[in-house]
Amino acid sequence: MGQRRASPCPRAGSPVIESLVKGLLFAVPFVIVAVFWILAARERRAAADPSAKSFLERNGGVMAAFLIVAVGFWAIVMIVLPQLYMVDFSFHPKLPAKDYGGPEDHYTLASYRYFIYGSTEETDSYNIVHLRAFVLTIGASIGVTFFSFWFCYPLAYFMAQSAGPARLRMLMLLLILPFWVNEILRAFAMRIMLGTSGLINNLLVGLGVLAEPIDFLGLDIGMYTGLAYAYLLLMMFPLYNAIESLDRNQIEAARDLGAPWWHIHLNVVMPFAKPGIASGCTMVFMLSAGALAAPQILGGPNSLWFTPIVYDRFYQAFNWPQGSAYALILLLTCIVFVMAVMRVFKVNLGEITR
Amino acid sequence: MTSQGVWRAMLGFYLLLFFGFLFGPLIVMGITAFNTPNYPQAYPFEAFTIHWFSDLLGDSELMEGLQNSLIIGAGVVALTVPVGLAGAIVMTQVYWRARGLYYLIVVSPVLTPGVILGISTVIFWKDVTRVTDAKFLYDGFFLAIVGQSTFISAYCMLVFLARLQRFDRAQEEAALDLGATQPQVFRHILLPFLRPAVFSSAVLAFLSSFENYNTTTFAILADKTLVTVLAGRVRQGTTPEISALAVLIIAVTLAGAIAYEALRRREAAREATALAQARVEDGGEPGPALAAAT
Amino acid sequence: MSADVELDHVWIRFGPFVAVRDATLRIENGEFFSFLGPSGCGKTTILRTISGFLEPSQGTVRIGGQDMRGIGANRRPTALIFQNLALFPLMTVAENIAYGLRVRGVPRAEQRRKVDELLGLTALRDQGTKRIAELSGGQKQRVAIARALAVEPKVLLLDEPLSALDLKLRQHMRNELRAIQQRVGITFIYITHDQGEALTMSDRIAVMNAGMIEQVGDGQTVFDEPTTAFVASFVGENNPFQGKVVAAHDGRVTVDTPVGRLGGRNPRGLKLGDDAILFVRPDALRLGPGAGGDTLSAVVLNVAFEGTMSHVFLKGPTRKDIIITVGRGESQRLPEQGETASIHYGAAAGLALPAGRLASD
Repeated sequence: MGQRRASPCPRAGSPVIESLVKGLLFAVPFVIVAVFWILAARERRAAADPSAKSFLERNGGVMAAFLIVAVGFWAIVMIVLPQLYMVDFSFHPKLPAKDYGGPEDHYTLASYRYFIYGSTEETDSYNIVHLRAFVLTIGASIGVTFFSFWFCYPLAYFMAQSAGPARLRMLMLLLILPFWVNEILRAFAMRIMLGTSGLINNLLVGLGVLAEPIDFLGLDIGMYTGLAYAYLLLMMFPLYNAIESLDRNQIEAARDLGAPWWHIHLNVVMPFAKPGIASGCTMVFMLSAGALAAPQILGGPNSLWFTPIVYDRFYQAFNWPQGSAYALILLLTCIVFVMAVMRVFKVNLGEITR
Repeated sequence: MTSQGVWRAMLGFYLLLFFGFLFGPLIVMGITAFNTPNYPQAYPFEAFTIHWFSDLLGDSELMEGLQNSLIIGAGVVALTVPVGLAGAIVMTQVYWRARGLYYLIVVSPVLTPGVILGISTVIFWKDVTRVTDAKFLYDGFFLAIVGQSTFISAYCMLVFLARLQRFDRAQEEAALDLGATQPQVFRHILLPFLRPAVFSSAVLAFLSSFENYNTTTFAILADKTLVTVLAGRVRQGTTPEISALAVLIIAVTLAGAIAYEALRRREAAREATALAQARVEDGGEPGPALAAAT
Repeated sequence: MSADVELDHVWIRFGPFVAVRDATLRIENGEFFSFLGPSGCGKTTILRTISGFLEPSQGTVRIGGQDMRGIGANRRPTALIFQNLALFPLMTVAENIAYGLRVRGVPRAEQRRKVDELLGLTALRDQGTKRIAELSGGQKQRVAIARALAVEPKVLLLDEPLSALDLKLRQHMRNELRAIQQRVGITFIYITHDQGEALTMSDRIAVMNAGMIEQVGDGQTVFDEPTTAFVASFVGENNPFQGKVVAAHDGRVTVDTPVGRLGGRNPRGLKLGDDAILFVRPDALRLGPGAGGDTLSAVVLNVAFEGTMSHVFLKGPTRKDIIITVGRGESQRLPEQGETASIHYGAAAGLALPAGRLASD
């Protein structure tokens, strides 16, 4: 099916279609804004609310202009259009820069075909390396998220419910401090610990526990540890904030009723902390799945994390459409994940981003 | 009694594990900055040295990266603080039917992987450059600033929104009622109220920009920032020079955090005494206006 | 220029909701005028319309004879004191007071002179450099007044500014407000749900209910000669007896109520067969069978001794109790709980009004 569409038949009129689609993409956000604007004006008139003021009246000319320019530039030029263009670009072939918009430029699924089949034309074999990396990345990110949750939960609970104010401030400070250290440097620190001639191996070999050092990095243990290490706090704080607002009496009440401790956590604390759990899990998953530094620095020679592959599409293969396609696949996966979390935990976007 | 003892022991062990995990690598890295071997090594500790620190100053690539990082950070602050402020104000005024969509759009960069922000920024501006022939737009500094600002603006907006939620709209009306124009209200009332948020969002924006890797590495093109230089070094191999740099960064951060905390406490103490004073005076003085009138 | 405030058939609607319906009245220059009514009656809406934050959906607001339509809050000769005062917390007391002058571009020396004068007027003489957070509740109140007066408004609008104060301070501030008004001599328009405030301070009062102005008059008129059932029940305590008019002549009616036929004055010209409510104030009701007045009897539910007076609660015809206030000087024996007591009132004390919503509904 894909093969047939790859045939170069639409090539003839494609520059026209190309620029048409581009123009359309460019116009879409503006049209949406205009539609809402007209709707708002009409509704204001229909409501006959004497106090309703238009945007211009409320802010004065200078302010209104500033607000429109600033938000328009941000929302449309910085956020929406680049994303739309990236999507568009992923459906283009790889060409030298000067040929884009030229006769060779046409819509194609080549990049996506490459992701699945390892070739822009053939569909005989699968692109095992990239598919495996993709699945592994998603799976490992979920694993890292689970680990972070279980590792952080007890401390978040302890801080929120039983620590005194002085100790709490101390713990907070201790938690925030490492967070100020750059991601690269933290990955580097992990590498010092886990390298074949790193501290742990040196110690273990020096003490005679091991005869040969263990290649933590080669086994990808370093990468997983580094990911968890990097994003631990983004799990910690949402959890803490959520549990902190739980009334201590509720826990006391459950305890009085004879509920065992695990029952209290499972049925009282965790349901209450749901928005925090959702927020923490989303953040950790997103950052892990999109991580670049930790896999680059801590990944073994054979490990293939998806984000570095995207990077390589761009800056080693110099195949930008393919890189765009890969980025889009990653983005869609993340969107699906966020939506799934929102559905499972029954929370909205505002609660996740806080 | 004993079961409680077991619990306490477990808690202690867990806390030790947690903070060991958090701080262990950093401490070890700190030690390697002062150890002589060419490879960052904490054990065995051979001899104390500070020459990794002096090497740092002579490292022109790092210094250039640092300079670029500072420039980009300043650009990001200059762009994101006004944009975040505007974004927050628009959020409070936007047509209610459009509010959900608006929120989704402006907050989405926070949840989008950084690499994607970098990629899409580069692709978009490359195309803009191709169409408009404005070559200066396809520049690593400009792209890094714009790419980072995509999500950092959202951070700033969230900071402003949190502050705006505590704003009393009656103050705006009071100023209007006293004869102020809308721009005057903005300058005299809203902006001073938001000033603490302007400061904290600027700090947040600068730090987020300074340590960003994922977006920058795509958007910076051929230039380099401190973080991309670091990443390149660490990937190629490691030297204790990087440990030394980390030690410096941690020291600066620590000093900043302590200064900030001290400042905050002094402010809090000042407010508390002022409030106590006001309470004492709340006895209801005799009405002099009454005396004057009769 | 005079500063009469006129409302001319003003309607204010929020979508389908009518906040103010057909308000027409004229507030004289220099008057202390109050809008009195329960929360949600539309009084704040009227105030915001006069100050320029709202435009009437229909009708006209005039100040000093000039139509105010299209003139924003910042260009009207009014100043508003907000319910929460809305002082600027980041400015000092003096800066707050000077704000209106500052945005008008008044020279600094002139600003300073005016601020000093107002600090004197409001007994804040040494407080000019203080921050708002450092002031007591009463001081904040005065800063708000001084800030509003600084722009020399023709009309000062006050939106329940005393509601946040404790009782003692509130009573004190009533006197002070009245004194300031007499001193500066401008029109004060005061919004309150507290009838005590309205009665003690105002030259005239407009009683509002559900968007309607029910009655306008001075305190005594509103209290003694209410024209609607709502006003009768809202201003001061009152005992309502609902029924039908069975006789009407010579300015008096007889109303057939569940507790018997009761007579009263008939200022509204009720006719035979009309639904009516007969009101008798608790202090006009007397224990014991009357000679020549109207008499009824009811079961005593409770007797509350309150020092200078006592309240007797009797089982009324509706769920609401009949209340009698007995002064200390009146020598009658107070009845026991559970006994059936006769009560009566003088011929002038009964007041029959057309049936309508009561304030306690």
